[in-house]
Amino acid sequence: MSDQTSPGVWQLSIDLPSERGSNRRVTDELLTQLGAHGWPPADVFAVHLAVEEAIVNAIVHGNKLDVKKKVRVECEVSADRVRVAIADEGPGFDPGSVPDCTAEERLEAPSGRGVMLMRSFMTSIEYNAAGNAVMLEKVRGPADS
Amino acid sequence: MPSHKRIDVSKVGDVTVVKFVDRKILDEAGIQELGAELFSVVEHDNRRSILVNFDNVDFLSSAALGKLITFDRKVKSVQGRLKMCNIRPEILEVFQITKLNKVFDIRGEEAEAISAF
Repeated sequence: MSDQTSPGVWQLSIDLPSERGSNRRVTDELLTQLGAHGWPPADVFAVHLAVEEAIVNAIVHGNKLDVKKKVRVECEVSADRVRVAIADEGPGFDPGSVPDCTAEERLEAPSGRGVMLMRSFMTSIEYNAAGNAVMLEKVRGPADS
Repeated sequence: MPSHKRIDVSKVGDVTVVKFVDRKILDEAGIQELGAELFSVVEHDNRRSILVNFDNVDFLSSAALGKLITFDRKVKSVQGRLKMCNIRPEILEVFQITKLNKVFDIRGEEAEAISAF
């Protein structure tokens, strides 16, 4: 794990074990740093939700809770932008194949909302070609300043 | 009434009011426990008019949404009524994005929700 601070920018790189709850090692510190960099509570909520969903997806669906596999997380927080890259060691998936959770017949499905929430709450999310790494980005809008 | 770890249960008239103990509802084990306790309100205590008050909740994950959906179904399956209230704007946005605001009966403050039963 490395934790660096260049002027105004906080960075963290960490390999998480594929076990439930290990994401707390990142999210607790990330939330603290967002607050320290002046991000408003609504944006902190948004980033928390997106990162939580992405890391849990990587641990549970990507690495399938395999203790031999890690989830790599790289965070960068400044006053106006946060980027979080999350990569697992699974075979990847096609994010375009996730059914629309807001379709009438899927409204009450017990799962399948994580990717939609990530897209809605972040400025951009981008998967690699294999579908086992995602880059989440939120840019602080003028209304937040 | 059985003791609960994840919820506080009280009665206001005929309505059973459920509040969450945890401010953040996100870890899998906690969500499973929460689900079991919510179900016990219907199955063990035979409550049929249930108000879930989110007053204490700052954050919930999509896994928690899944549990709320199964709870909503459970209540409906016994011809009960479930309403939700005191939801902070960010969580309300989660319900709106996922269109769960069409599935759940969401109200404003507790008194307004209780009078709607």
